[in-house]
Amino acid sequence: MKFDAPAGKTIVDDPTVIGKSTRRIDGPRKTTGTAPYAYERHDVVSGQAYGYIVGSAIARGRITAMNLDAARKAPGVIAVIAATETEPVGTSPFNTAPLFGGRDIAHYHQAIACVVAETFEQARAAAALIRTTYDRDAGDYDLAKVKDGAKIAPGWSVPEDIQRNGNFAEAYAAAPVQLDQTYTTPDEAHAMMEPFATIAAWEGDKLTLWTSNQMINWSKRALASILKMPAENIRLDSPFIGGGFGGKLFIRADAVLAALGAKAAGRPVKIAMQRPLMFNNATHRPATIQRVRIGTDADGRILAMGHECWSGNLPGGSAENGAAQTRALYSGPDNLTVSYISRLDLPEGNAMRAPGEAVGHLALEVAMDELAEKLGLDPIEFRLRNEPERMPGDPSKRFSGRHLVECLREGADRFGWSARQSRPASVRDGRWLVGMGVAAGYRGAPITKSAARVSLDNAGRVRVETDMTDIGTGSYTIIAQTAAECIGVPLDQVRVDLGDSRSPVSSGSGGQWGAASSTAGVYAACVELRRMVAEKFGMNADTARFEGGRVVDGKTRRRLAEAGPLSAEGQMDYGDFQNDYDMGTYAGHFAEVGVDAYTGEVRIRRMLAVCDAGRILNPLSARSQVIGAMVMSAGSALMEDLVVDKRFGFFVNHDLAGYEVPVHADIPHQEVVFLDTLDDVISPLKAKGVGELGICGPGAAIANAVYNATGVRVRDYPITLDKLIDKLPDVA
Amino acid sequence: MRSFTYERAATPQQAARAVGGKPGAKFIAGGTNLLDLMKLEIETPTHLVDVQDLPLGSIEETGEGGLRIGAFVSNTALSAHPRIRRDYAVLTRAIQAGASGQLRNKATTGGNLLQRTRCPYFYDTNMPCNKRSPGSGCAAIGGFSRQLGVVGVSDKCIATYPGDMANALAVLDAVVETVQPDGATRSIPIGAFHRLWGDTPERETALEKGELITGVVLPAPPGGRHFYSKVRDRASYAFALVSVAAVIQPDGSGRVAFGGVAPRPWRSKQADDALPLGAKAVIQQAFADASPRDDNRFKIALAERTLAGILAEVGS
Ligand SMILES: Cc1cc2nc3c(=O)[nH]c(=O)nc-3n(C[C@H](O)[C@H](O)[C@H](O)COP(=O)(O)OP(=O)(O)OC[C@H]3O[C@@H](n4cnc5c(N)ncnc54)[C@H](O)[C@@H]3O)c2cc1C
Ligand code: SF4
Repeated sequence: MKFDAPAGKTIVDDPTVIGKSTRRIDGPRKTTGTAPYAYERHDVVSGQAYGYIVGSAIARGRITAMNLDAARKAPGVIAVIAATETEPVGTSPFNTAPLFGGRDIAHYHQAIACVVAETFEQARAAAALIRTTYDRDAGDYDLAKVKDGAKIAPGWSVPEDIQRNGNFAEAYAAAPVQLDQTYTTPDEAHAMMEPFATIAAWEGDKLTLWTSNQMINWSKRALASILKMPAENIRLDSPFIGGGFGGKLFIRADAVLAALGAKAAGRPVKIAMQRPLMFNNATHRPATIQRVRIGTDADGRILAMGHECWSGNLPGGSAENGAAQTRALYSGPDNLTVSYISRLDLPEGNAMRAPGEAVGHLALEVAMDELAEKLGLDPIEFRLRNEPERMPGDPSKRFSGRHLVECLREGADRFGWSARQSRPASVRDGRWLVGMGVAAGYRGAPITKSAARVSLDNAGRVRVETDMTDIGTGSYTIIAQTAAECIGVPLDQVRVDLGDSRSPVSSGSGGQWGAASSTAGVYAACVELRRMVAEKFGMNADTARFEGGRVVDGKTRRRLAEAGPLSAEGQMDYGDFQNDYDMGTYAGHFAEVGVDAYTGEVRIRRMLAVCDAGRILNPLSARSQVIGAMVMSAGSALMEDLVVDKRFGFFVNHDLAGYEVPVHADIPHQEVVFLDTLDDVISPLKAKGVGELGICGPGAAIANAVYNATGVRVRDYPITLDKLIDKLPDVA
Repeated sequence: MRSFTYERAATPQQAARAVGGKPGAKFIAGGTNLLDLMKLEIETPTHLVDVQDLPLGSIEETGEGGLRIGAFVSNTALSAHPRIRRDYAVLTRAIQAGASGQLRNKATTGGNLLQRTRCPYFYDTNMPCNKRSPGSGCAAIGGFSRQLGVVGVSDKCIATYPGDMANALAVLDAVVETVQPDGATRSIPIGAFHRLWGDTPERETALEKGELITGVVLPAPPGGRHFYSKVRDRASYAFALVSVAAVIQPDGSGRVAFGGVAPRPWRSKQADDALPLGAKAVIQQAFADASPRDDNRFKIALAERTLAGILAEVGS
């Protein structure tokens, strides 16, 4: 099915299931421990042995020798595979440093060996017996140092990730009011609860992986090229995922080593990456240095907008483009946004929840706050004055559906914004300095082709199969809602099977495209099933109504079950008309913080997000997505920091005690409001994703609130107390 | 983790003998610190003597009006004890500021005193660390040392003692009681219990091989107002950047100890004596010999401001 013009009337225009707050249909399985997560799938294949990964002790150089004898002789050991005895595995478009094999070391904790044993404890103990010596090479680990030699980074679909309109330099130089500030954000870790985990089993030359992965089809193809085998001989199954945040978009070392380990051991092998390896072996969000220059007229109308972002990565790795949202957010005829990249020898940087935009807001939206103060304008009013008609970075594009102004206005009302004191450091509550902050939020709403199979049995039950994944987001439920709505059956008559590469290829989960894309694919399959049902009943598919387990057309009325069994496949594809639009989601983010006047500790008091993301398929799970993202954004503003040891070239705080993320006590109160909007450019469901919108802006609102509370502007994230205390008023 | 043998001790002295007589033997109490370190092979005991069932799990009155806390009283039970809450509130507050509810249920009084540093390089066996492998060097010096010590440290090791409970014990003048393999007992004042690192950062306390902590004695209650301020980057479940334990009397005199800054709870007579003069004077005394790094220099200002917050509360 092709979506080649904005949606007119559709079969879900008067929904009874879609759009209603619906509890997760997979909830009971999760709460009873029966949801099958990769590492605990004891029943899928017998004889599972345990693998344990050894990571490189150096960041860059080569292995001179590995002594494996003691490990091979250790109790319970079945096989040891070592980098020195293995050809480098193949590459894939989705990772840069080879995941295993060969003597060259590209980053710290890169996998150099895997021990397979009868028990986990035996594998771990034997792994510690491997002795490795290295020749260490010097490397580049300091972004600030390599930044000056940076090149313009390649973009997603263009050779150079730069957009310019008009003449930024001239317009900025001539602007009566100017702001030129630089912000830095540190490397960040996905820090998902479930580590990488895989069980691998060979049957002849056919390989099955029970794993934890967000993008089944990408990863099947990647694994084929890494293991140099035909993709059709690989099956991936990933029905439940304990968090990924982009870290599990790709095949990682657990999958490769489980496959190689299983081959070497001659039996199935399971591996969960140990937590201390998760930070340097895996990918992370790269650090950025961002320079924002904004010039306005005296009334606060933006004349020139410049946002440059520098990040680093291993050769071939992608950039973290913090300027992405700046292309869409504010008007300004002369603008320049550019993403630069340099080589760094740290572990590979790659996508993490809202790549680019999540950290881009930490710069742009603070710059907007700084400039509003310079102009003597309320920061909301300043933003309203610069609401664009067309996309500033690419004026050929209209906005598909944009209600940022409503988000900010409604948020201001609900949050009690009018009580904010514009003079910083003027509200005190006991030992706390109290402040409020606001930020706009923008996250693109990409949509991509997605397929599904929808079957009807002769009891009127519906089953949906697709390789779509549920990364904790609630995909099972919105897909069931979509099928129930389209076929006209109650929700409990729909069964959903996800994450199996034998099912039709979906969008997968990433980039906030999953919800919109996968439900549109299910819609396409349902339209096909309805056609088949109507045909069977001799009805007209365009006029037949599917409701309450019945099909009604004119005077004819049939029980849906009578049409079963039937099975339909469908895929939603998208026409070029969407290129005329910028499709995005929007939010107004608000935060109130207290800063301890003595210690400088920043504690959030409350947060609000007002979101515009088209039709909200399931307000309950959408809210969960947004509050989770707000927590993550709070973490990036206040504490998350993968600390680089610039001598040894690795992330030092590589466990969950050292890498702090917010705990419950940090998040006392959150509110999420969804505007009632529809976006007919995006798909027949008129729905956009929300999973990443919530991480775009809250951190900046918090940073602005810290400034409002204290009068101290910290531009190097995270905003920890050591950056505040020497600037707070004296207390002794 | 290396393989090890395991036994349960029947009496304190037998436990001491079991560990004292065997190279590589260690006690295990709650296991919340030791097991983590064993998994990473930072600790590699060959034999574990489980002591948590020894009859040292109660809190009793002493003849001097104080309390004797058995070594295996859990952190949860200790912090909730009515006499502790009433007369030694600084201890309740310190314990409850540490770890999490689940960990405190398992953690014991003796084990808590002996928890090891949280220096990130100590935890990464690829890195040089004089404490973990003597003579290998100290990766933290010149590296990431934001959490580490600013005073009482050495050029061999700049780690801190990370715990909370001991800071309260320091201002309470607690005494650690032990039994040795030969049955001899010792009473070690808390101020002499943790050693400064000097040239031997692998030696962390005054305990000798096989010496078992049997209890901690609190002298009669000190009176005054009790404070424990723990400062950290997130609101809970994190080790202190700086913590301040203080008991302040109505006349402004008192006792103060700083946590998160040194190899042991950092208390001195000079600092105590300066309390009536205010936070700045106390800090000048307590941190006179400080040798901070660029990334942890803030701890001194932070300690001063944290104490100032306490003194302001006393004054208000
Ligand atoms: C995630 C996490 C967060 C934490 N946060 C904090 C915090 O914020 N503040 C804080 O103070 N602590 C914190 N802790 C540390 C915790 O308090 C300690 O792990 C705990 O107190 C140790 O007690 P245990 O009984 O489990 O000791 P064990 O792990 O059993 O033993 C620790 C050591 O003491 C020895 N030992 C035990 N008992 C005796 C005895 N009677 N005599 C002689 N030697 C003995 C053992 O041989 C071992 O070397 C945290 C721990 C974790 C895991
Ligand atoms: S500070 Fe101490 S514990 Fe940390 S690396 Fe140096 S010697 Fe080891």
